[in-house]
Amino acid sequence: MTEPVLTVTSLVKRFGPVVAVDEVSFELMPGACLGIVGESGSGKTTIARVLAGLERPTSGTVTLAGEVVRDHSRRARRWRARQLQMIFQDPYGSFDPRQSIARSIAEPLRLHRPGARERHRARVEELLDQVGLDARAGAALPRELSGGQRQRAAIARALAIEPRVLVLDEAVAALDVSIQAQILTLLDDLRRGTGIAYVFVSHDLAVVRHVTDTAIVMRHGRVVERGETGRILRSPQHPYTRLLLDSIPAPGWDLDRVARDRRALDPHPAHGESSCSTSTT
Amino acid sequence: MTLTIPALRAATAGRRRRRPLGVTLAVAFLALATVTAVLAPVLAPHPPDATSLLNSLAPPGTEGHPLGTDSTGRDVLSRIMYGARLSLLAPLGVVLLSGLLGTAVGLLAARAGGWADAVLSRGMDIVFAFPSLLLAMLVVAVFGPGLTAPICALAVGYTPFVGRVVRSMAIQEGARPYMECYRVMGFGEWSVALRHLLPNMLPVLLAQSALAFGYALVDLAALSYLGLGVRPPDADWGSMIAEARSAILQGEPWSGLLPGLAVILTVVSVNVLGEHLGGAVSGKQRAGT
Repeated sequence: MTEPVLTVTSLVKRFGPVVAVDEVSFELMPGACLGIVGESGSGKTTIARVLAGLERPTSGTVTLAGEVVRDHSRRARRWRARQLQMIFQDPYGSFDPRQSIARSIAEPLRLHRPGARERHRARVEELLDQVGLDARAGAALPRELSGGQRQRAAIARALAIEPRVLVLDEAVAALDVSIQAQILTLLDDLRRGTGIAYVFVSHDLAVVRHVTDTAIVMRHGRVVERGETGRILRSPQHPYTRLLLDSIPAPGWDLDRVARDRRALDPHPAHGESSCSTSTT
Repeated sequence: MTLTIPALRAATAGRRRRRPLGVTLAVAFLALATVTAVLAPVLAPHPPDATSLLNSLAPPGTEGHPLGTDSTGRDVLSRIMYGARLSLLAPLGVVLLSGLLGTAVGLLAARAGGWADAVLSRGMDIVFAFPSLLLAMLVVAVFGPGLTAPICALAVGYTPFVGRVVRSMAIQEGARPYMECYRVMGFGEWSVALRHLLPNMLPVLLAQSALAFGYALVDLAALSYLGLGVRPPDADWGSMIAEARSAILQGEPWSGLLPGLAVILTVVSVNVLGEHLGGAVSGKQRAGT
């Protein structure tokens, strides 16, 4: 029996009076892919940010590769970075606008894998090749690339550190559907090739079905359903999961029923929620 | 983001070709002033302190004295050339010092946040509210005349100008997603600030410095005019204007007007250049985001 590479135990994150994440626990095995599903405000992005060290949990623990992540010292920060990397939703803002893509990818290499400049250059080329970008894209500035190319570059930059876990926070939400498919295929190939594990945060059930083995469904910061992705999508147990599935436009789509179900689920709807909120990020 | 890459390139190329005439003139004048200042011993027709009482207050165009002489018969052209050294160097010192101080304070305030930010920002407000010329005069009163003390005083007085801009830009730029990417990759706050934040702010800092240079030149000239800056017989433009006071009253304004003209032309040139730099920067940002 192998050890899980990532374990989250009773994670709580409060922002003032708001409880964004409430007692969430899950495990991730090496090379596995876990989906975190939910609509806006369900706390899924907060989990991703806690995992990446951008937010401190109010309580609960995150265990990476058997070690509990505790302090924020320089060494701890770098160690965490070598275990876990994150891809952000916005491929437009994830690069320094002044630097070429190749230079941006070389930076984490220099920090985490010190070595000769020549070796780094060769490695950058290899990484670009791995994500399907050519040398011309590497020499370009971020603004000269398309959203899909930028997201590929962001993946290459994360892979440079050779992490064991990659957190993808709505990583394909900002891309066209055809580009989405390409990136998802790329992610699938990379997982098979490197044995990296994914935490895949998304509101898009079709995407989650395509990529993940297991999933947790979140609502108001709590896990309402968990299990094998195929099973959850085929026969959802919790009314909220059913509602999410019903909210996807499909033939015979009944908007009234979706609205009715939501009212039944939540007699006092939170501010800003509407019957089509699953289509927003 | 609606611009395609070729359109963007065309736009930048077009801007490069259409540099306004005023900017060209400003650059040319500043280059001339710098060369004159550096090569003053070679180019000046007379030593700057050679008096000749027989030939005092000669009008411009007199043989041997193209810009005339002052009340003690010193060559005005030579003195303007030598004066350029102090008149250009001293404001440069102010700009460099206040740039360093302001960047440090601004970055510190933006990155530290919380009470440190509040203390630093209110401190800058207080310095900002205090007239820097008055500060410089107080410092001179304590340390005696000379240029070092007023340069330091003006640098402190100008620090809030730079500090406020740096602080707000650092906060704005620091909120961009790529800053978080670097944190996730394990980089420290300060290494990201120095390697990514600062270079991205540099163009704005340059434009700001050009404007500060003009203000500093005028302030230092005013100090010299009041007799608190350069000590005679050294020349700078402000002290030349001061020494010409009696001659102006006698109806011989040239020895005062010409250094005054040098001050005005330099300040205008620097301002035109600064404005152009600032405009180019904001244009680039608009095209880039």
